[in-house]
Amino acid sequence: MSAPYGRRLCEVAENRASGGYRIFSLDDREGPEPAAGQFYMLAAADGWAAEGGRPFLPRAISVAEAAPAGDGLRLEFLVDGVGPGTDRLCRLQPGEGVWLTGPLGNGFPAPREALPGAAGAILVGGGIGVAPLALLRRGLAERGVPLRVLLGFRDREHSGGLDLFCGSGGDLCPEVRLASEDGHAGHRGYVTDLLAAMLSGDDAASAVVYSCGPPAMLEAVRRLCAERGVASRLALESPMACGFGACFGCAVPKPGGGYLRLCVDGPVLAGEEVEEVAAAYA
Amino acid sequence: MPDFCGIQLAHRVINASGTYDALAARRVFGDALLEDFPFAAFVSKTITPEPRAGNEPRRIWETPAGMLNSIGLPNKGLDGFLAEDLPLLAELPVPLIVSVMATSREQFARLVAAVAEREEVAAIELNVSCPNVHSGLIVGEQPAETEALATALRPLTEKPLIVKLTPNVADPAAVAVGAEQGGADAVSLINTLKGGALDPASGGPALAAGHGGLSGPAVRPVALHQLRAVSAAVSIPRIGMGGIASGADAAEFVAFGASLVAVGTESFRDPRAGSRVAAELEGNLPGGVEVPALLDLE
Repeated sequence: MSAPYGRRLCEVAENRASGGYRIFSLDDREGPEPAAGQFYMLAAADGWAAEGGRPFLPRAISVAEAAPAGDGLRLEFLVDGVGPGTDRLCRLQPGEGVWLTGPLGNGFPAPREALPGAAGAILVGGGIGVAPLALLRRGLAERGVPLRVLLGFRDREHSGGLDLFCGSGGDLCPEVRLASEDGHAGHRGYVTDLLAAMLSGDDAASAVVYSCGPPAMLEAVRRLCAERGVASRLALESPMACGFGACFGCAVPKPGGGYLRLCVDGPVLAGEEVEEVAAAYA
Repeated sequence: MPDFCGIQLAHRVINASGTYDALAARRVFGDALLEDFPFAAFVSKTITPEPRAGNEPRRIWETPAGMLNSIGLPNKGLDGFLAEDLPLLAELPVPLIVSVMATSREQFARLVAAVAEREEVAAIELNVSCPNVHSGLIVGEQPAETEALATALRPLTEKPLIVKLTPNVADPAAVAVGAEQGGADAVSLINTLKGGALDPASGGPALAAGHGGLSGPAVRPVALHQLRAVSAAVSIPRIGMGGIASGADAAEFVAFGASLVAVGTESFRDPRAGSRVAAELEGNLPGGVEVPALLDLE
């Protein structure tokens, strides 16, 4: 389904802390329901391209949750303030306006679209990259797809979004396993340690791995899945000025040479469509 | 209704080459794009004789009120463009201007001849100023080279030939005069300014190519000054661009001698910026502006 043509002004409904990150929500009265893995281009209506001239370009942010609200949708976004754009988004106040374009890009395919006969899904998220997996997890769980969710964080400060993976009782969903490099939660080490252990099981080849996170983690997931012959779908990130194929900034090398445009050819790519997830274009 | 070199346009706002992929935008936004197409004419991305993959990432970098890019002219090459893209671009509701670039006069001639004979094409823009490709700098930096190129290409078509000027020269007006004397029908300016930035994370250049072209509101005063100088030097029409984000910005370019204006980087921030700028420029929006009288450019 196409995105509504052009950008539209949406109102901030809420902005709350979630661990070391922020979750803000927007009321979107026009857009179609996004698929997990899709993203929006976002820019605050005020304080964007203002003093100092930055942030200037809108920021591409994956949608973490979408639910009917009033006469439209309430969209939730998980953000970590790492630069002028995300800092400004972290400071959004309820009632403020945000320019929004989207939903853009492709979403995660259903397990059986990715792998005929797939028996389940393994979701692997790292850091702020857990966001699109939250919406994916909810959709798969509602359809009764057998699931495992592996989430990794660097340390307490660089973690958050877990409330997006909670059931109605407020507890973390039982299928979620955590890893942290500092050991503050779950397995001490990398989330890919958990994935490697899981992929050594007999039934791993019938699962589809869905992943989003920092480049080094995504590359480790891509390699693990390639080595074990497991289907993978990776949500990548890239510098992006426009989100709709105009700027050609979000180039990702293809294995056979040439480049993909992540905004219109992704952001979700099959593991075999990616040569290497390198920090150079993340 | 503006007349540009004999082409009737619905308004005065077009796109800067390489800043809008109408085919990708149509896939993203659907046919709503065609019902309110943002530009009065569509300028294609630059076509080269052979296909190009473009530059290695990282390709873009945000700067104060602007951005650097080093995209590297990815395109399907002449044959791919004519076979695959041109029929789809012909479905756009506006006249089509095709941008071409080559590294020799002979290759430029091949492109112009092949593109001009297609009835879908209303005009041709000669990219002699792309700062990412060495050949562009050489021709567009030299008034004599620019004149010689225009002179060589002029007999190949009766369709308007537009020379896109580079701002990275001491005297852009002299290059514009070369284009006019060679028989060009119009000039467009400015292309991006050469620029660079340091990536604090790596301690090296922010872009893989080492440098790029600066665009956005940061370049607007440079563009206006160069437009004014060019407008005073030539009598052929000028297409003005460089950081236009509103009708008020566009009106400044009209006052400095632009027949048409182009929107580039602002389309990245607002996919319908072209329509908005046009409506503001023609006074059709609350934020509309008076179209100013042409300044005394002498």
